[in-house]
Amino acid sequence: MRNPEKQPSTAAFSREHAATVGEVHAPRARIQCRTVDVHYGEKHAIHDVNLDIGHNEVIALIGPSGCGKSTFLRCLNRMNDTIVGCRVTGEILMDGQNIYDESMDVVPLRAQVGMVFQKPNPIPKSIFENVAYGPRIHGLAGSKLELEEIVETSLRRAGLWDEVKDQLLHPGTSLSGGQQQRLCIARTIAVNPEVILMDEPCSALDPIATAKIEQLIDELREDYTIAIVTHSMQQAARVSQRTAYFHLGRLIEVGDTAQIFTNPRHQLTEDYITGRFG
Amino acid sequence: MSKPNERIRRTHEKVMAGLARRRAAESRFRLYGLASIAGGLCFLFIMFGSIIHHAGAAFQQTFMALDVQFDQQLLAPDGKWDDEVLQAADYGALLKQSLAALFPDETLDRQQKRALSALLSSGAGYELRNILVADRELLGTTQRVWLPASDDVDLYAKGQIDRTIQESERRLNDQQLGWLDKIQAQGRLQKRFNRTFFTAGDSREPELAGIRGAMTGSMLTLLVTLLLSLPIGIATAVYLEEFAPRNRWTDIIEVNINNLAAVPSIVFGLLGLAVFINFFGLTRSSPLVGGIVLTLMTLPVIIIAGRSALKSVPPSIREAALGIGASQMQTVFHHVLPLAMPGMMTGAIIGMARALGESAPLLMVGMVAFIVDIPGGITEPATVLPVQIYLWADSPERGFVERTSAAILVLLAFLIVMNGTAVYLRKRFERRW
Ligand SMILES: Nc1ncnc2c1ncn2[C@@H]1O[C@H](COP(=O)(O)OP(=O)(O)OP(=O)(O)O)[C@@H](O)[C@H]1O
Ligand SMILES: [Mg+2]
Repeated sequence: MRNPEKQPSTAAFSREHAATVGEVHAPRARIQCRTVDVHYGEKHAIHDVNLDIGHNEVIALIGPSGCGKSTFLRCLNRMNDTIVGCRVTGEILMDGQNIYDESMDVVPLRAQVGMVFQKPNPIPKSIFENVAYGPRIHGLAGSKLELEEIVETSLRRAGLWDEVKDQLLHPGTSLSGGQQQRLCIARTIAVNPEVILMDEPCSALDPIATAKIEQLIDELREDYTIAIVTHSMQQAARVSQRTAYFHLGRLIEVGDTAQIFTNPRHQLTEDYITGRFG
Repeated sequence: MSKPNERIRRTHEKVMAGLARRRAAESRFRLYGLASIAGGLCFLFIMFGSIIHHAGAAFQQTFMALDVQFDQQLLAPDGKWDDEVLQAADYGALLKQSLAALFPDETLDRQQKRALSALLSSGAGYELRNILVADRELLGTTQRVWLPASDDVDLYAKGQIDRTIQESERRLNDQQLGWLDKIQAQGRLQKRFNRTFFTAGDSREPELAGIRGAMTGSMLTLLVTLLLSLPIGIATAVYLEEFAPRNRWTDIIEVNINNLAAVPSIVFGLLGLAVFINFFGLTRSSPLVGGIVLTLMTLPVIIIAGRSALKSVPPSIREAALGIGASQMQTVFHHVLPLAMPGMMTGAIIGMARALGESAPLLMVGMVAFIVDIPGGITEPATVLPVQIYLWADSPERGFVERTSAAILVLLAFLIVMNGTAVYLRKRFERRW
């Protein structure tokens, strides 16, 4: 039931689709995406996205379901390599180096750019092992004690420690959906990544756990760069400094979070944040 | 548009109207399932019943007690009795003497004497020799020894000789039956557990034939098959599924592997004959060649089962490991392979079970030869259980009929053990995600 006085967004879309509205550049860019296109076989999932993500910045990626937020996020640590038929073109520079270079080694890249997936995916081993696996393969802990310490801190920061401290040897898959999500967050931060990509990390969490994660994001921002996909406008407003709005595979608008939510410049953005669709 | 209440009521009516039909379809389907299971079980019962019925007799063998006088004169005429003399002595004569002694008041012509000797197995002489070689003190004494009877006497003792048919058609003539009746009356016939069947190799005489040679041959052949096909098969599956790029070449390889799985097994036998025996000059009839041929046959099965086991591991688990910076190899070996292992093992054991039951390709590489000795290694001539079954089933002697069934039972026991192992391994390694 659209307001007939507003311009149909499709018209606005075709009028302005060529360029992204707002400032795509960040002053101290850590990640720079240039003309990124993603295809899944025939399907063109991401169209010509240019976007910078700065140091110590939390950027929120918002947009209707299926617009390509996850796809874009997965480009940033080359997780799309694992999908057969997925093709990424363009340039993504991490601290000035193109991560899609032939010479790029994805193993250190992924250790450096951690990811929390949209669907919680604990590995079918114990809770302890889930968190300890990353530090162990990277040789981050010198001793067993040190490893246990890393596991405990990570679980604490993810707000899960009190619930699981007595059952660290139980399988990670036996936890509830929300607990699994926090376990995956703990697993990600256990390897101290410099960039963290979070795909709807709070979708299954209650307000208390959500607050805990948001607090964690705030803490992490001091040293890290974070990109977070969320369907909650309030969450985007609370945690992020910048917000990017995606629509049908295009980056429609980028800007300071406050500006996007109070004064969106694009018709589509306004439709979305005022709840017309999505 | 009708009012909401009306709509809900009508929806409910429609659901209820269809319910009876849906229930009927469901119970009909269950009935079909039960009927087919019952039918299958019924056939299984008939098959097992008939095999066990036939095989039962093979596990017992008839022995005859003789009072043997270990006559020095007869065995060692020159007065020397070293090993050589004892090995070569004429035990047949000793047996004839002992048999004749059972009927002191009958005088027999040559033909009758031969008929009397035919009551004992042709292996009885060897038995006697073994007894004497083991204990030389017996020389000169008279001992009661139990010796294997011939297969005809075995049938007599098991009540399978029909006295109503004409003498000329019978395996035992009237006089022999008369002797046997007397011998039995004296308690000199006894059915014992047939140890020979499990300790001896093949023989022309049913009462001396055993399954041990074929069992050992099967085990050696399967060992070669397992050691070759499991590592190669799993490595291939892992490489193709997890590491190989998806391109035209891997597509071609995949199609070819699928085709190989459908190639009739006898073709692999011909290949083995041409390549391994004629070209590489490996020993004919040996478990080594048989094992290699069966490896060719089971590899596609293991590879296909392995790949589908790997495919069934959810991609989210790979992503989880890769996402924290595990290398491809760490991801596969730490996470994917352990989860795929039960499926791979099941595939491998199905492949091995097929290999165990395979006879056609082994006929081609000469494992069908008549081999008496029990093979001591993978390069010695051997035969395998299914081929042994085939050979015995083809023999005219009545005693081989029951031995064929017994051999089938042994083969089935092998299969059950292998499948049991598969189930156990699966339960053991199974983990949920
Ligand atoms: N593995 C895939 N193979 C083919 N197409 C895909 C694949 N993953 C995503 N897509 C397509 O790419 C488009 C973008 O998907 P994506 O998962 O990035 O959406 P999203 O913005 O994360 O949505 P949501 O908010 O529902 O998670 C969708 O149209 C989807 O159909
Ligand atoms: Mg998504």
